[in-house]
Amino acid sequence: MNRKAYHSAAIAAEIAVPLAILAAWQWWTVQANDPKFPRLSTILVEFRDLWLFSQFELHVVPSLIRIGAGFGIAVVVGVVLGIGLGLSRWARIAAMPHIEWWRAMPPPALLPISVILLHSIENRQKIAFIAFFCLFPILLNTIDGVRGIDPATMETASSYGIRGFERIRRVVFPAALPQIFAGMRTSLSLAVIIMVLTEYFSSTSGVGYVLLISKNTLQLAPMWAAIVLIGVLGYLLNLLLILAERRVLAWHRGWRAATVQ
Amino acid sequence: MSTSGHLLEIRNVAKTYGSGEKATHAIADVSCSVDDREFVCVVGPSGCGKTTLLKCVGGLLRPTSGQVLLRGKQVTAPPEEMALVFQEYGRSLMPWSSVRNNVLLPLRHKRLGRRERKPLVEEALAAVGLTRFIDHYPWQLSGGMQQRVAIARALAYQPSILLMDEPFASVDAQTRGDLEDLVLRVREEFAVTILFVTHDIDESVYLSDRVVVLTHAPTQVKEQIDVDLPFPRDQIATKELPEFTHLRGHVYRLIRRELGPSEELAAATTATKGEGG
Repeated sequence: MNRKAYHSAAIAAEIAVPLAILAAWQWWTVQANDPKFPRLSTILVEFRDLWLFSQFELHVVPSLIRIGAGFGIAVVVGVVLGIGLGLSRWARIAAMPHIEWWRAMPPPALLPISVILLHSIENRQKIAFIAFFCLFPILLNTIDGVRGIDPATMETASSYGIRGFERIRRVVFPAALPQIFAGMRTSLSLAVIIMVLTEYFSSTSGVGYVLLISKNTLQLAPMWAAIVLIGVLGYLLNLLLILAERRVLAWHRGWRAATVQ
Repeated sequence: MSTSGHLLEIRNVAKTYGSGEKATHAIADVSCSVDDREFVCVVGPSGCGKTTLLKCVGGLLRPTSGQVLLRGKQVTAPPEEMALVFQEYGRSLMPWSSVRNNVLLPLRHKRLGRRERKPLVEEALAAVGLTRFIDHYPWQLSGGMQQRVAIARALAYQPSILLMDEPFASVDAQTRGDLEDLVLRVREEFAVTILFVTHDIDESVYLSDRVVVLTHAPTQVKEQIDVDLPFPRDQIATKELPEFTHLRGHVYRLIRRELGPSEELAAATTATKGEGG
């Protein structure tokens, strides 16, 4: 098989397999005729009516804003703190036990107290909550990335008098970037999980809220439509991050391929 | 008399790692000097603390005792007048930056305008024959070419003294000869002083005006030998001169006396593998 044919076949398989699964799902739900498993066609109609038109602004946009803001804050704080901790042994000695303690905390354990302390079940609490738990993967990966910088690289920077902020910007940050991205990937999927969790716990809008309402009113089609939407959101967000990573870290793939052999 | 007229003076430098019973005496007592525009090679048996010495000179390590003086001023941190070329070119170049930006990197914090930086980068890359590869990444180039990028980076920094730490130890013999000639050429072109550390005896005699031979650790200066071979030097003609053979033999004997027979064998094997320091 030549390259082009191989590529076409790969893309065809990528599309054909999900389509086959969807077809099987439709066939099975028609056969089963079980109210717990509404027909796929019913779910898709519900999906279109719910998400693509009336409710998009009401429920999808707030969820996206919460993920975006929470994740964004986590990236900025995680990278800044992570570089500081990565460079300073004493800062690590002082901070690591606390970081490990909070990192081990399951998010649901802090949900009630966060609502009380932040006095909010809206964006303030949601964003803060997402940011807090997304922080740790980015923070820990940044610390590792900074600590793993080749001593020869740092020595080169020293020998040319590259110090302070210039050194962080031109040497430390780019050198740690592959690890930072690894942390961001973990955090982004965490952001989606926590978004659903907080909205399901208490809110007046969002995808998780729709899930909660449809559970309380025992409406299965909207519930399934919400599940499909959450899956699509997670998939697309991850895809976006991977595309960004490919652009920003193009050098890293080339460098790894060149040095591994 | 701190102003002795030498560009660089190494005065009784000693370096000990650790303390107490576990202390390693890397350098016992080394004194020597380098004049303006001079090319001095430092050779010594494997593991004699050559790299440690060069890091002390470059201000990357602090000597346990003694001083390094650059134009009579003590070196305590890497001075702007010095540039260091490391053996590990692959690790000292930034893989995320193009060749251009690697050469530009040390110039960013020098008080220069954008207009002045650009020609410096381009001149330096032209001098090492890499103009065509200015927008490549370092890892897209061969080992010898990567080391030329590192040399260009050092030249663009406009140092008055270039410190080179076994820069050609990890390239093949053919490339090594080319790089040696390249260094001799840019030395003229950029009127730069060079302190060059190597474990290769031929290389030290071929390149330098003076060879400083070190003892094994704890290191001292064993002997300094003036090299009066004519310039320009040539890989074949110079190495065929009886004087070259004589000098080479002399340095070789000095170093062999530093080693036991088994160590000599070990040194020979590591030398062919291109390790040392």
